[in-house]
Amino acid sequence: MNKSRLRSIYSIPYTAWILLFVLAPIALIVYYSFFDLAGNFTLANYRNFFTSVYLSLTISSFLYAFLITFFSLLIAYPTAYLLTKTKHKQLWLLLIIIPSWINLLLKTYAFIGLMGLYGPLNAFLETVGIGKQQILFTDFSFVFVSVYIFIPFMILPIFNALDKLNPALIDASRDLGASSWTTFRRVIWPLTTNGVKSGIQVVFIPALSLFMITRLIAGNKVITLGTAIEQQFLVTQNWGMGSTIAVFLIVFMFIIMLVTNGKEKGASDNGKAR
Amino acid sequence: MEKLGKLPKFYLAIVFIILYAPIFYLIFYSFNSGGGMSNFEDFTWEHYAAVFEDKRLIIIVLNTIIIALLSALLSTAIGVIGALAIYFMRNKKMRNAVLSLNNILMVSPDVIIGASFLILFTMIGVKLGFASVLISHIAFSIPIVVIMVLPKLSEMNTSLIDAALDLGASRKDVMTRVILPFIKPGIFAGFFLALTYSLDDFAVTFFVTGNGFSTLSVEIYSMARTGISLTINALSGLIFIVTVALVVGYYAISRKSKTPLAGVKK
Amino acid sequence: MKSIIQSAILILLVSGILLFINAELSEGSKAGKGTITVYNWGEYIDPDLIKQFEEETGIKVIYETFDSNEGMMSKIEQGGTSYDISVPSEYMIEMMKEKDLLLPIDYSKVPNIKHIDPYFLDLAFDPGNEYSVPYFWGTVGIAFNPTLLEGQSFESWDDLWDPSLKQRVILVDSARETIGMGLNSLGYSLNSTNPQELREATDKLKALSPNVKAVIGDEVTQLMINNEAAVSLTWSGQAADMMYENEDIDYVVPEEGSNLWFDNIVIPKTAKNIDGAHAFINFMLDPEVAAQNTDYVGYSTPNLSALELMDPEVVEDERFYPDEETRSHLEVYKNLGLELLGVYNERFLEFKMDMK
Repeated sequence: MNKSRLRSIYSIPYTAWILLFVLAPIALIVYYSFFDLAGNFTLANYRNFFTSVYLSLTISSFLYAFLITFFSLLIAYPTAYLLTKTKHKQLWLLLIIIPSWINLLLKTYAFIGLMGLYGPLNAFLETVGIGKQQILFTDFSFVFVSVYIFIPFMILPIFNALDKLNPALIDASRDLGASSWTTFRRVIWPLTTNGVKSGIQVVFIPALSLFMITRLIAGNKVITLGTAIEQQFLVTQNWGMGSTIAVFLIVFMFIIMLVTNGKEKGASDNGKAR
Repeated sequence: MEKLGKLPKFYLAIVFIILYAPIFYLIFYSFNSGGGMSNFEDFTWEHYAAVFEDKRLIIIVLNTIIIALLSALLSTAIGVIGALAIYFMRNKKMRNAVLSLNNILMVSPDVIIGASFLILFTMIGVKLGFASVLISHIAFSIPIVVIMVLPKLSEMNTSLIDAALDLGASRKDVMTRVILPFIKPGIFAGFFLALTYSLDDFAVTFFVTGNGFSTLSVEIYSMARTGISLTINALSGLIFIVTVALVVGYYAISRKSKTPLAGVKK
Repeated sequence: MKSIIQSAILILLVSGILLFINAELSEGSKAGKGTITVYNWGEYIDPDLIKQFEEETGIKVIYETFDSNEGMMSKIEQGGTSYDISVPSEYMIEMMKEKDLLLPIDYSKVPNIKHIDPYFLDLAFDPGNEYSVPYFWGTVGIAFNPTLLEGQSFESWDDLWDPSLKQRVILVDSARETIGMGLNSLGYSLNSTNPQELREATDKLKALSPNVKAVIGDEVTQLMINNEAAVSLTWSGQAADMMYENEDIDYVVPEEGSNLWFDNIVIPKTAKNIDGAHAFINFMLDPEVAAQNTDYVGYSTPNLSALELMDPEVVEDERFYPDEETRSHLEVYKNLGLELLGVYNERFLEFKMDMK
């Protein structure tokens, strides 16, 4: 097959993109990471990263990214599944995406109002009898709003995977006497792993470098690597240290990709991708 | 199509209520005659009037929409090609490497992307403004498209392609009649999420914009210090309602003419 | 396949139409006599004044906005846009001066400088005001809402450490302000370079942790207005915004002293229309213009002649126009250099991570 020739012509824009907008910036970041404030070559930034401050930031970044991904998946999967069962499923799907087109800062301000002590959410809790709670500036509010932001990114690929599912498969499984749980575990889930994996990637990876929300919704009670980079670049103007943290983020991402793609062998032999 | 039970309906309703709650909150206060998003005083249309009086704001909104549409379109085109290229790669290691490269822009915080793009543009000599913002938005939206399209590709049955080729279809036919229709849902998902990326971006745009060109995000973030005016709420309300109307309208029309938005058949 | 092509064509068509409308809209506003590009914080000028300036001088104003001093500087440093006017804060002016990013101001073209209170001129960050003209100024202090408190008062910074304020204090996400508060409360200078003093200030801040509800940015205004928080460390400008919406709120500058800040107008190195920039500066210093702008923005103006035109109730408000006595306790930030700025931020990060 001479797919290679076809590929080489058509993939020029994508290759150009990788060279110009991925590799070039990375080269720049790696370059900067070897310089200190005075512009001298140094390895100190890398040494600094292995101090307790950045290590604990790394741990908390991973922890929160994990939580956010987990809850996104937990909520998105049933949502996507139920959406495929609705009558106007394409329309409902679009209606899931539309809220994400309204400016994030505005929505965050709205959340500050909604979750506030005098906001509707607390008014509701009070009438229910639970009483006023401090919701803002907690781990809960941080994870909640982050999940809110990422949920369309999780729903879409899962929806696409579920939508193509052949109903005959499910019926067959039911006819053979499988329980709903078995049907899900043995038939539905394996066929949607590709979509789920995509969803996890587009949530987990950006969640590692979340910032803004950490200040607005968590009141800096949650601090992540993203926040630290932001500070180094903008406030301290220590581009060297900021770049170093970014280099580590990218390395972490590569490791995640390696781990998730390692599993691919078992999961997707239906498609025998060459 | 089976009917949804009560519980599933309730679940979906809750999801939608939460998704739309902040937006309705914003719109509610856009009618507030008081100054901010609290203490609703009296009902007023004045913030809506203010939107239409502010020509600069309208230009910015139009810029934002143009950039979003064009960047989503172009990044989808490039992203689909990228996904195909990755899918057809024989070398597994190579595939993983390219895929990881693909995701780098997603893990990099916006400041870094913005700063490095700015350096890049000033080095090459691209004039800051419409072009530089458009190029940047295309650049950071490509990864999401690739990730949305890839699972559809790997779900595709390769025997489908082989069968088509055996039946004498040309490679072009295979692409347009077999592969593209199959991955269409992924393409649309990529396009819509690219729109989201573009509309939401502040930091990258801030760095690479210039010469009077601005987008809504940049405008809103820079208002934070002195307080975001309710004009912006009114504007967001308008944008929201127009968008919903367009989407529902388009959906209704495309149903009637029997070409579903993202149907499976060709 | 067909639907993909159809959608693509539709998108191109819509974009084309929008581009056309946009071109039409911007076409009408073109005028002769050149343009100036003003780079400012969002909502930091009365838009009517821009129109007035355009009508009076025939110079068209392109207005761009930024959300942080540092972001603004990076943009100006990299070039690419010919910004003619910008409005940095005082420490940033010092930094930009060091990097040679500013042009000197020709005062023969800015006669209105005579209206500015001499107290705000010739300060350490810009001796002789060679590069900058005061635009707005203010202090850092404590905004509080007595109706949510049990009679606590805030004459001293130490009052924030009162155990009765558990989980009620909001701090600002900025190292200089927050560490500075710690330094001030210990009687040290805001510009301390002594590691021992910084250590003490950080430790003292850590002791404040139980009282801290959150460390946030500009959102504090909304939180205070919503009665969400009772006490916050704030800039006077934001306190004014709060008080405008919520009359219960009060603002005080603690007696140990605090920070005096400025946002000044400068002409960046990127300027192309230097005459236009001067005309703009002179226009903004006009007493009537300054009074109107102050009314719109709500911050404190350094323009003495403008004060005479303004509502006496505003001008006599000692919280925003403090008397000589209070002023004498105020300190302007010095540019400590990036190295020390890094130390301040490290200490601040240490405090934030300790907060949980």
